[in-house]
Amino acid sequence: MDYIDYYKTLGVSKDASPEDIKKAYRKLARKHHPDLNPDNPEAGRTFQQINEAHEVLSDPEKRKKYDQYGKDWKHADQFEEARRQQSAYESQAGYEGNPFGGGQHYTYTGEGGDFSDFFSSMFGGGGGRKQSRFRGQDIHAKLEITLTEAYTTHKQTFTINGQNIRITLPAGIEDGQEIKLAHYGGPGVNGGPKGDLYITFGIKNDTNFTRKGNDLYCDVPLDLYKALLGGEQIVDTLGGKVKLKIAPETQNGLKVRLKGKGFPVYKQEGVFGDLYVTWQIRLPTHLSEKEKALFQQLSEER
Amino acid sequence: MENTDKLTVEQCSQHYNIATSFLFDLDDHGLIVLMREEQSTYLHYDQLPLLEKYMRLHFDLLINMEGLEAVSHLLERVQLLQTTIRRLGGEVPCY
Repeated sequence: MDYIDYYKTLGVSKDASPEDIKKAYRKLARKHHPDLNPDNPEAGRTFQQINEAHEVLSDPEKRKKYDQYGKDWKHADQFEEARRQQSAYESQAGYEGNPFGGGQHYTYTGEGGDFSDFFSSMFGGGGGRKQSRFRGQDIHAKLEITLTEAYTTHKQTFTINGQNIRITLPAGIEDGQEIKLAHYGGPGVNGGPKGDLYITFGIKNDTNFTRKGNDLYCDVPLDLYKALLGGEQIVDTLGGKVKLKIAPETQNGLKVRLKGKGFPVYKQEGVFGDLYVTWQIRLPTHLSEKEKALFQQLSEER
Repeated sequence: MENTDKLTVEQCSQHYNIATSFLFDLDDHGLIVLMREEQSTYLHYDQLPLLEKYMRLHFDLLINMEGLEAVSHLLERVQLLQTTIRRLGGEVPCY
């Protein structure tokens, strides 16, 4: 657990007035407030640090205690012992034993309102903005599924805050897509509604396909002779295998579209994007003497 | 309290400790939607997350109504762009 320089966090001097502190806090908060930085966890962490610095420096009692012990928090025991010997009356209000014990890491966790271990060990945790509440708190969670799983509508069970939640994931969900489960968040206050649960989906591609919206793309190797003379080729799609006709003299890199063989369109049952197959013609290797001679013969034909 | 999915602006004002005028201002600026039925004006529960967000921005960061309107518009743009970036980022160019 490291010492935190709250003055540095807010960019103010040690003798800054309460107005200066408030001004500095608001300026930084306007920049890093999570409401103004959607999908930016870094801003959320920075805001927590700013918030914590403001919580300490805007409260005269906390600021006094921080100024007194802050730098030398590791020696707080000795200071306190000396103080007790001098006068029992000099003890800090609400102070109980060593205020600097506790966690080993300087960490911020969760959403706004959490405080570092340094803060907790000094001030006993808690504090924070006192906004009147009615509706329960929202919970944000991340869930990772594979592209194969996202291809079909399926049920998924996960645990959030000790509560097992079983949901149906419609096929076609996108990477980074957020879904809201109303009333699965924290409990309301004074009869208020529960908060909501927001789940952001991360999709891990476990296939050889590239997804662009609802379309899929893939490269498929094609034998030289089949490309030259034509034939049939079995191609894997996410929905199963399909047989494609290969026209004679198919060129390397030719792209063919398989209509409706792409990814399902979210919440539109039976509607699919397209699959684009690009033929990658494979040249034979380790030619035999006979093959070399034949190719030589062919080359002389041109 | 009656089991319902809306509350009057007066109840809302009491629960959140805010002036009713704040709610009407947000409504006037198109930031939340109030419902007017007979003699009363209500706020549906699904508007509460928006209300709480604008409360934080207004009371904590001192952003006025015009500022909130601009912020709301820009946040919509940011979210749209973030969706586009995510989509593009997930695409590995094959050609």
